[in-house]
Amino acid sequence: MQSFDLVKPSTLAEAVSALAADGAQALSGGQTLIPVMKQRLAAPSVLVSLGGIAEMRGVAAAQGVLRIGAATPHAAVAREAAAHYPALAKLAGGIGDPAVRNRGTIGGSLANNDPSACYPSAALASGATIVTNRRQIAADDFFQGLFTTALQEGEIITEVQFPIPERAAYVKFEQPASRFALTAVFVAKYANGVRVAVTGASNDGVLRWKAAEERLSANFSASALSDLNLSGADMMADLHGSGDYRAHLAKVLTGRAVAAS
Amino acid sequence: MPKDEIANKGGIGASTKRREDLRFLTGKGRYTDDINIRGQLYAHFIRSEVAHGRIISIDASAAEAMPGVAKVFTSADFAQAGSIPCGWQVTDRHGKAMLEPKHPILAEGKVRHVGDPIAVVVAETLDQARDAAEAVVIEIEELPAVMDMKAAVAGGDLVHEELGSNLCFDWGFVEENKAAVEEAFAKAAHVTTLELVNNRLVANPMEPRVAVGDFEEWTGQHTLYTTSQNPHVIRLLMGAFVLSIPEHKLRVVAPDVGGGFGSKIFHYAEEAFVTKAAHILKRPVKWTSTRSEAFVTDAHGRDHVTKIQLALDAQNNFTALRTDTYANMGAYLSTFAPSVPTWLHGTLMAGNYKTPLIYVNVKAVFTNTVPVDAYRGAGRPEATFQLERLVDQAARELGVSPFDLRRQNFIQPDQFPYQTPVAVVYDTGNYQATLDKLVEMADVAGFEARAAESKSRGKLRGFGLAHYIEACGIAPSNLVGQLGARAGLYESASVRVNATGSITVFTGSHSHGQGHETTFAQVVSDMIGIDASQIEIVHGDTSNTPMGMGTYGSRSLAVGGSAMVKATNKIINKAKKIAAHLMEASEADIELKDGVFTVAGTDKSKTWVDVTLAAYVPHNYPLENLEPGLEETAFYDPSNFTYPAGAYGCEVEVDPETGKVEVVAFSAADDFGNVVNPMIVEGQVHGGLAQGIGQALLEHCVYDENGQLLSGSYMDYAMPRADDFPMFQVDHSCATPCTHNPLGVKGCGEAGAIGSPPAVINAVLDALHRGGFTHVTHIDMPASPSRVWAAMQR
Ligand SMILES: Cc1cc2nc3c(=O)[nH]c(=O)nc-3n(C[C@H](O)[C@H](O)[C@H](O)COP(=O)(O)OP(=O)(O)OC[C@H]3O[C@@H](n4cnc5c(N)ncnc54)[C@H](O)[C@@H]3O)c2cc1C
Repeated sequence: MQSFDLVKPSTLAEAVSALAADGAQALSGGQTLIPVMKQRLAAPSVLVSLGGIAEMRGVAAAQGVLRIGAATPHAAVAREAAAHYPALAKLAGGIGDPAVRNRGTIGGSLANNDPSACYPSAALASGATIVTNRRQIAADDFFQGLFTTALQEGEIITEVQFPIPERAAYVKFEQPASRFALTAVFVAKYANGVRVAVTGASNDGVLRWKAAEERLSANFSASALSDLNLSGADMMADLHGSGDYRAHLAKVLTGRAVAAS
Repeated sequence: MPKDEIANKGGIGASTKRREDLRFLTGKGRYTDDINIRGQLYAHFIRSEVAHGRIISIDASAAEAMPGVAKVFTSADFAQAGSIPCGWQVTDRHGKAMLEPKHPILAEGKVRHVGDPIAVVVAETLDQARDAAEAVVIEIEELPAVMDMKAAVAGGDLVHEELGSNLCFDWGFVEENKAAVEEAFAKAAHVTTLELVNNRLVANPMEPRVAVGDFEEWTGQHTLYTTSQNPHVIRLLMGAFVLSIPEHKLRVVAPDVGGGFGSKIFHYAEEAFVTKAAHILKRPVKWTSTRSEAFVTDAHGRDHVTKIQLALDAQNNFTALRTDTYANMGAYLSTFAPSVPTWLHGTLMAGNYKTPLIYVNVKAVFTNTVPVDAYRGAGRPEATFQLERLVDQAARELGVSPFDLRRQNFIQPDQFPYQTPVAVVYDTGNYQATLDKLVEMADVAGFEARAAESKSRGKLRGFGLAHYIEACGIAPSNLVGQLGARAGLYESASVRVNATGSITVFTGSHSHGQGHETTFAQVVSDMIGIDASQIEIVHGDTSNTPMGMGTYGSRSLAVGGSAMVKATNKIINKAKKIAAHLMEASEADIELKDGVFTVAGTDKSKTWVDVTLAAYVPHNYPLENLEPGLEETAFYDPSNFTYPAGAYGCEVEVDPETGKVEVVAFSAADDFGNVVNPMIVEGQVHGGLAQGIGQALLEHCVYDENGQLLSGSYMDYAMPRADDFPMFQVDHSCATPCTHNPLGVKGCGEAGAIGSPPAVINAVLDALHRGGFTHVTHIDMPASPSRVWAAMQR
C-alpha cells in the first residue's frame, strides 16, 4: 500500500470539503477499497473516512419507507431492518463473513456497483432512492454498468430510501470461491406491480427483468415464468459459469424468490 | 489394559490432546515470519506478468537510487550459483534420462511462467522495496505460451529451447508387460474406457512461505529460517548444489510451520536468494510471500490428463489395465516432480485388485505454468481417481453392482504378502473387511429410503464408493535409489535422557500440523513407562537434530517413529545394563515396566531416575565396560513401503435445476495398521477428506490460453469451508498392522485426500443416473454447479 493521509470528519459538510482535495477519495467500510490499495491498483493521496459521521448511520422506518444511512454496516442492516423489510435484512446478513458485515456498508456497496454484489439488486427491485449530498437519484438511473454509477466527482451517498414492499425475497446462488452472487435475484411485490432485479449475471451489471415483472404483476407465481427465458448472449461468462448457465439460473432463482417471498 | 487406563497414562492408544495446540490456539506459535533479526532488510520480488517471454533489458538504476534501497538483484548477481536441483531422475521407456532444464534463482534470458522472478529489490522497509520495484524498468518480448500438453509435445514453441523438446520424459511401466497387456485387451470380453482430467490444485497452506537469510561474517556461518517440511533436505540441496556452502557452515531452521501439504517440501528460489543476499549485503534479508505470490510460486499439484482402459473377461474378472497420462511439470522441474506421476503413481495402479497385467505410460510435459510437484497424496490420488472411476464405470456398463465387482476382484485376505504386477509388494491388508465396515457405517441398506426422501424434496441423491490403496512411509533407500531418487529416504532420531530422567528426543521428522510433539512423546512414554510430560520432542533445526529426510508421504511415524523406537531401544538396553550393575544382578534378568527396573524373581527394584542419575553421576557404575551418559542415535531405513487402504462412501444430493452438489454424508473405513493417537489420526482423516472433497467439488487452478492464471486469488479459487461438509464418520478398526516396522503403523496423513475424490464423483454420477441423466459417463473435477448443469444439458 502506498502512503496516504487519513481525514476523519464528524459531519457531512466536513467530509464534502475534505473530498474536494486533490486525490481525495471516500472511505467507508474499506472492504473493497483497502484490498485494491494493498494491491497498489489504487493510490488515493487522501482518504476521507465516512465512518464517524453520525448523520450517515442508522436504520429507520416511517410511512412505508425504510431509510438506511449510507455508512451503516451490513451487520446493522441485517439486525435492524429485519422487522421492517425482512428480505433486505436477509440479503445484508448473507454478504461475506462477519468481519465483512461489520465493516462493509450499504453506501460503499452501491457506490462500488460490483456486478456480482447483492445490494444493487435490492435497490433496483425496490425502486429505491439514492440520496446524495447533492440530489436524489432513482435506482433506475443510478446503476450505469459495471462499477459505474451516476455519482459525480466528490459526490457522497448519504442515505438510501427503500419503499417497503408487500412481499419480497432475495435468492442468492453463491459463486463457490468468493461467495458473491454467481447470480442472484431480488423480487419485490408492491401494490402497483412487481419488480425483479438480477445481479451477478449481466454484462451490464445489475438488471431489471421486465418481462418477468409483467408476468408476475399479472400472476405472482413461479409458474407464470414457465415459458420465459433470458438470453445467455448478454450474460457474463467466466470459469464459474457460462452466459447460458447464468441466464438459466436467473430464471430458476426468480421462481424460487417468488415462492420464498 | 482397559481404555481409561491407557488414556490416563498417555501412552500408545490414548487420544491425548495435542500439546502443541496450546501455543497454536493462543497465537503463541513461533512461525518464520515471527523471526525478525536486528538490521534485517526486506526483499520484494519482481515477477513476470507474462507466461513466456524474452527479457530484453532490465534497468534498475532509478530504483537503486531510491530511498532505503540496498540493492536490486538480477540473475547477473547469481552467475556463480548452481541450478535449483531436481531430486529425482526418471529414466524413460527407451533408457534415456529425462530432460532436465536449468532452473536459475532469477530468470536468465527468458521468463517461463507468470510469477517467474526477474529481479529483487532489497530495502530497509518492505514499502520502500515495493516503491522501488515500480521504478525498475523491464522490457520483455512476449512469446506464445505453451499451455496445452498434447500440443506442446506435438511441436511448436519450446519452454526450454536448449532441451529441444517439451517432452521431459516418456515413461513406460512395466515396459516388459506392454505386449502382454495389448494381447489381453485383444482377448477381452469387455473393455471399459474413460478419459479424465485430474485437476490442477494450489496447496494453500494457511501460512504462506517465508524465508529469512542471515550471515555471520566472523564465523562464515549462514542461517536460513524457512517454512519447510524438511530443513535437512533444504540444507543439502541448497548448500551442495546451488550456493556451494558446506553443511557445517549452513544451518537451516524450520520453526513452527503452518501447514505444507507437500508444497513446503521443495527447495525454492527465494530460500537461496535470501541466503545469498544476506551474504552479499552482510545483513539479514527477509522475504514473506503474499497470498497472491503463493498462487504463482508455490508448486502446484496434480494436473494429469489421462485415458484409462480396463479389460474384463466374461466372468467380470479384471484381466488387464492400461493407462496413458500426460503429466504437467510446469516450467521447471520442482524438487520431486518427476517421481510423482511415475513411481508414486504407476506403482499404485493395481489398487486393491488382482489385475494380473498393467501397463502405465506417462508423458511428462513442460508448459509455461508454475512447476507442479507433490501435493497431499502425490501420484496416489491421481492413480486412485482414475482406477476407481473406471471400476465404477465398468460396473455401470456391465449392469453389476459396484460393490460386487470390487469384491470379486479384490486381492483376498489370504493372498498377502501380495506381489503386484507393478513392482510393489503389499505386506498386509483386508479389503473385504474395510468394505464390510463401510457398508455398515454408511447404512448402505437404508440408502433407497433416503434417496426417496431426497426425491420428495426435488433432489437427486447418489451414493459413491471408492476403495483405495496407497504406498506410504517413503521408503527403502536402496529401492528409491534404483528408481532415480537422488537422496536416501531413511529417518533418524536422537534420544537424550537427562540426568534426572526426563527425555529430549531430536527427530529428523518435521511437524507442520501433524502433532508429532504429542504422538512421538506417547510412543517413548509407552516404551519406558514414564509420563509423556517428561518427554520433549525437538525438530526443525539442522543444528541440533540428526540428518533427517523430513515429513511427507505419511512417513513420519512409520519411518521417523521407527527410528525413535530404535534409539529408545538402545537406551533401554543400556539402562538395563546400568540397572543390573546397581542391583548386582544379571542383565538378562532385568525387566523394565512402568518406569521401574526389577530383577526377575526378586523384590529388588530401581526406578528410572535411579538409573539415569547413575548414568550421569557414575560413582557406582561399570565404567570399565560402559560409557557414562544416556544418549543414543538411530537411523532407520525401512524394508518396504507401508500400504494403508480403505473404503470410502460418499452420499450427495444434486439440485437438478442448478447443478449444485451437496455432500450430505461421508464415511471412511481405513486400515492404518496400529494407531498411536486415535484423535490425531481422525483429525488427519478429516483434513484429508476436506482436501479431497475440495478437489472433487471446488478447487481448480485455471490458466487461460495465454498462461494467465484466472484463479489467482480466493475470489476465484474455491477453498473448501466447514459448511461445505457434513459430519464425517471415520473408523480405523479394521487394522492389519504393518509387518515390517516396529510399531506396526502404516501412515494416515494422505488417505483422506486419496480416497475421497473418486467417491464424490461416483456419487454425483450415481445421482445423475438415478435422475435419468443416463448419457453422462463422466464429469471432470471440480464438479462445480455449472459443470454438472452443463453435463445434464447434453
Ligand atoms: C471477503 C469479502 C466478501 C464479500 N462478499 C460480498 C457479498 O457476498 N456480496 C456483496 O454484495 N458484497 C460482498 N463484499 C463486498 C462488501 O459488501 C463491501 O463492503 C462493499 O462492496 C463495499 O463497501 P465498503 O463500505 O467496504 O466500501 P469501501 O471499500 O470503503 O469503498 C468502496 C468504494 O465506494 C466509495 N464509497 C464508499 N462509500 C461511499 C459513499 N457513501 N458515497 C460515495 N462513494 C462511496 C469508495 O470511495 C470506494 O470507491 C465482500 C467483501 C469481502 C472483502
